[in-house]
Amino acid sequence: MSEVQAPAAYVAPKARSLFEPHRIVLMLIFAGLIFCVAWFMRWDWLPRYQGRLVYGVGQTLLMLFSTAIVGFLFAVPLGLVQVTGPKPLALLARGFCTLIRGTPLLLQLWLLYYGLGSLFAQFPEIRSSFLWPYLRQAWPYGFTALMISFAAYEGEVMRGAFAGVPKGELEAGRAFGMSRFTLFRRIWLPRAIHRALPTLTGETVLQLKSTPLVATVTVVDVYAIISRVRQETFLTYEPLLLLALIYLCLTGMLVYAFRLLEKRIPTRGV
Amino acid sequence: MRFQHRMPTKLLGEKSVQKTGDASAGGVGNMAESAQAIEIRDLHKRFGPLEVLKGVSLSAGQGDVIALIGGSGSGKSTFLRCINMLELPTAGQVTIHGETIQMKSDGQGGLMPANRKQIQRIRTKLGMVFQSFNLWQHMTVLQNVIEVPVHVLGQPREQAVEVAEALLRRVGLYEKRDAYPSFMSGGQQQRAAIARALAIQPLVMLFDEPTSALDPELVGEVLSVIADLAQEKRTMILVTHEMKFARQVASHVVFLHGGVIEEQGPPEAIFENPQSERLKKFISSIH
Ligand SMILES: Nc1ncnc2c1ncn2[C@@H]1O[C@H](COP(=O)(O)OP(=O)(O)OP(=O)(O)O)[C@@H](O)[C@H]1O
Ligand SMILES: [Mg+2]
Repeated sequence: MSEVQAPAAYVAPKARSLFEPHRIVLMLIFAGLIFCVAWFMRWDWLPRYQGRLVYGVGQTLLMLFSTAIVGFLFAVPLGLVQVTGPKPLALLARGFCTLIRGTPLLLQLWLLYYGLGSLFAQFPEIRSSFLWPYLRQAWPYGFTALMISFAAYEGEVMRGAFAGVPKGELEAGRAFGMSRFTLFRRIWLPRAIHRALPTLTGETVLQLKSTPLVATVTVVDVYAIISRVRQETFLTYEPLLLLALIYLCLTGMLVYAFRLLEKRIPTRGV
Repeated sequence: MRFQHRMPTKLLGEKSVQKTGDASAGGVGNMAESAQAIEIRDLHKRFGPLEVLKGVSLSAGQGDVIALIGGSGSGKSTFLRCINMLELPTAGQVTIHGETIQMKSDGQGGLMPANRKQIQRIRTKLGMVFQSFNLWQHMTVLQNVIEVPVHVLGQPREQAVEVAEALLRRVGLYEKRDAYPSFMSGGQQQRAAIARALAIQPLVMLFDEPTSALDPELVGEVLSVIADLAQEKRTMILVTHEMKFARQVASHVVFLHGGVIEEQGPPEAIFENPQSERLKKFISSIH
């Protein structure tokens, strides 16, 4: 009897229908909430700010992607030297990561913007250089702070990922005559990124949620736009709810995109 | 050409592929008309205070199948890894088809490569198969097999794919060519690893206990692929604990003990009429 039943235990659970009782209840509650928000709150300001909101979202995404991409480019060598040495460079990289990870991003941003920014202004050489038009603006400081932060966190992630690539796979590459560069480009790096991808998803989402900090140094992102809406309309909850919804959607899209990326190379129990 | 038999027609029906196979073998073949396939002279290796190899010399002619046996920790893997310089010998000389690997003193009583490029080039002539497969997990089986031909040897992709598919068919993995290694059984992974090693058209195949990491029921499928290679007279050095198999395929058996070759000879002599006490003990302990 039990022998006959045993295989049945391995049948995959049936896909759950969307219309099971508890789901219907949850959906009703959610629909009710949406209705209340739409009906009892004020949204008439929305069309007026539409254009600026879209611009803000664009700035937020630009800030996110530019800092994440450039930061990651720095993270790779930061992680690599910690694994391969030479010792002084490894210590330097480790110190950098510890320093940045150990202090608040907001503090770094302000030190850069108020500290470095005003310091630059004191040097006539800098003021007259071709860089000054950029250094006078806020976004280079926001970009640098966010980028450095991402590099430090991901440097640590990549250190673990590089170290975690099975020695045997690297050895196989060497045994087949790969040069150091080929080994790195074809085996070590892609394998490390592959391993780190799930962590990188989370870190990129965190990075997205760090971007509003740049609004504190007058960079205009979606958060800054919403702040403006609050000041001008004297509304509190509506703009903030919208802001939450925007970040939620952006996060969802990010996670989805990373999932697609992860699926390209399936693994079992990495 | 001399090394034509390395690419048997059974494996590659296509004439075009066979032609390029000859061309790539030519570089090493020309200078090695009469040399041994592999010649190792007085190899020493020490790990700190531990001297694992205390002067091992071995040579293999074209088509020889040398089985390396010995107890655990006797230095079999170390010896094999010194051949392609995955492990740098402390002293000694390795010659592949007449070309001696250039080493220089590292100033601390050991050796270091004198010419990295040369080692890389010679490595592409040595097909190594590891105990733990070591397939690249981020690539499909086919990508694993074409990786070295395309990215190290610089072969055109289409040609590499053609060769790879023939090899995968041969080891019975054609259907699995787009699978990722982590989804395959150990036996399948090891057969894929053998195909990867064959894809570089090696002068010598090096096997380090290719079946030790496998479940017993998967050992057979891998051994039969190796036996097949032995049959077509491929030069191989095979570290193994499978004595029955060693006896069946090897042309020469080497018993390593205490860092030296304790005894060597044709399989019949080694297994039926061992001379040294240690070999007698080893063989009786295996059975
Ligand atoms: N990288 C290393 N550092 C220090 N000692 C090592 C290293 N590699 C191997 N050894 C030592 O060298 C000796 C020989 O090792 P080796 O792996 O060559 O043995 P083996 O004959 O292959 O054994 P097995 O049958 O268990 O695979 C062992 O005592 C081992 O501990
Ligand atoms: Mg071993």
